[in-house]
Amino acid sequence: MTLVYPKESMIVHPAHLSPEYRSTVKRSPKKPLIIVKHTMSELTGPVYGNEAVNAGDEDLTKQHKGEPIGERIIVHGRVLDEDMRPVPNTLVELWQANACGRYIHVVDQHPAPLDPNFTGAGRATTDKDGYYRFVTIKPGAYPWGNHPNAWRPAHIHFSLFGHSFLSRLVTQMYFPGDPLFPYDPIFNAVKDANARARMICSFDLEHTIPDWALCYKFDFVLRGRNATPMEH
Amino acid sequence: MSGITPSQTVGPYFAYGLTPTKRYDWSDAFSNNLITPDAVGEKIRVEGIVRDGDGAVIPDAMIEIWQADGQGRYITPVAGEAKPNTAFRGFGRCGTDQDGYYSFDTVKPGAVAGPDGKMQAPHIVVCYFSRGLLTHLFTRIYFSDEASNATDPTLAQVPEERRFTLIAKKDNRPGVYTFNIRPQGDDDETVFFDI
Ligand SMILES: [Fe+2]
Repeated sequence: MTLVYPKESMIVHPAHLSPEYRSTVKRSPKKPLIIVKHTMSELTGPVYGNEAVNAGDEDLTKQHKGEPIGERIIVHGRVLDEDMRPVPNTLVELWQANACGRYIHVVDQHPAPLDPNFTGAGRATTDKDGYYRFVTIKPGAYPWGNHPNAWRPAHIHFSLFGHSFLSRLVTQMYFPGDPLFPYDPIFNAVKDANARARMICSFDLEHTIPDWALCYKFDFVLRGRNATPMEH
Repeated sequence: MSGITPSQTVGPYFAYGLTPTKRYDWSDAFSNNLITPDAVGEKIRVEGIVRDGDGAVIPDAMIEIWQADGQGRYITPVAGEAKPNTAFRGFGRCGTDQDGYYSFDTVKPGAVAGPDGKMQAPHIVVCYFSRGLLTHLFTRIYFSDEASNATDPTLAQVPEERRFTLIAKKDNRPGVYTFNIRPQGDDDETVFFDI
């Protein structure tokens, strides 16, 4: 199977310069990107699967002596290509704030408690059907310095590789119905409403485990489609 | 549902998850040292400083590199190309430090074929992420001591006066190349690719 990577698919991504998100102003290119052909160097890529993951990396509630404080949740779904075919055996990395909205990163000093039982980092690989699953706790919203009274909607950061260097994706997953959506310049840097909706997970009652954890479903769609599509 | 998942910034707090390097209670999946004991080729270090549009160092950028081995082979070859016969994987990740500094220890990649069968000059492809960057940027590292840069099909598509931003400069120290990254600048803004 040979994959191609149409550039039109990238129209959903935020513009590099999105001034409402202030730090883009000095950190985004001023000169136009140069259009070049894809070569073997981009069409290949770092394929990492199970060997990059240790047992238990996908359960963020079991990395310490005790259980973290907060609402235990399951986040699961599939990693797909643009033809909606599963991307098997690919690495999914995750990092997030704790239930109070505090990251363990040394730079995060906002006055909310750290949780000694929560690091907030995880890894999983997709199975042959492109399926992944994490157990974690629901992250809290947190303040940031972008503008007065700025708060990030609750989110989980994800990093994925996919089939090639061109399918690389770093994104954030949001939760349904967050009242902070209209005010967040990072979320709204994605201009198309349908594309924004693809960053919001859906509540999954069917896979919610009674008396234990709510479940949210989230599918990732990475660049790449079949060079010779099947005829319907 | 149709269309790909949009990109969002890596933000300021990725280090403990993606580049913990023993500063955090989390394991490293990747490192900035790509050299395996059996790697073939010239051992090199590529290092540099990342600066913003004001010239201030960027202490929260993440750089990923992807390259062929010393014999010009990718570990995940496209159809018809040979696989390497060593454990060299060709992928590395490094976060910048307080001084905006990053480095990779690797081997100099061999030349690989371009789209029209013409050989490309030895190069490393780069994915660049930072706080304040909503969608990652692609660039390439070439080497100042490679004559084949003059005929490289990708470099040929870059305006001549900007090509130097893609060429790592050989240092006085043996095997060390300097490749500074400037996501925004005047004459020295790094060339990024629309691919
Ligand atoms: Fe965040």
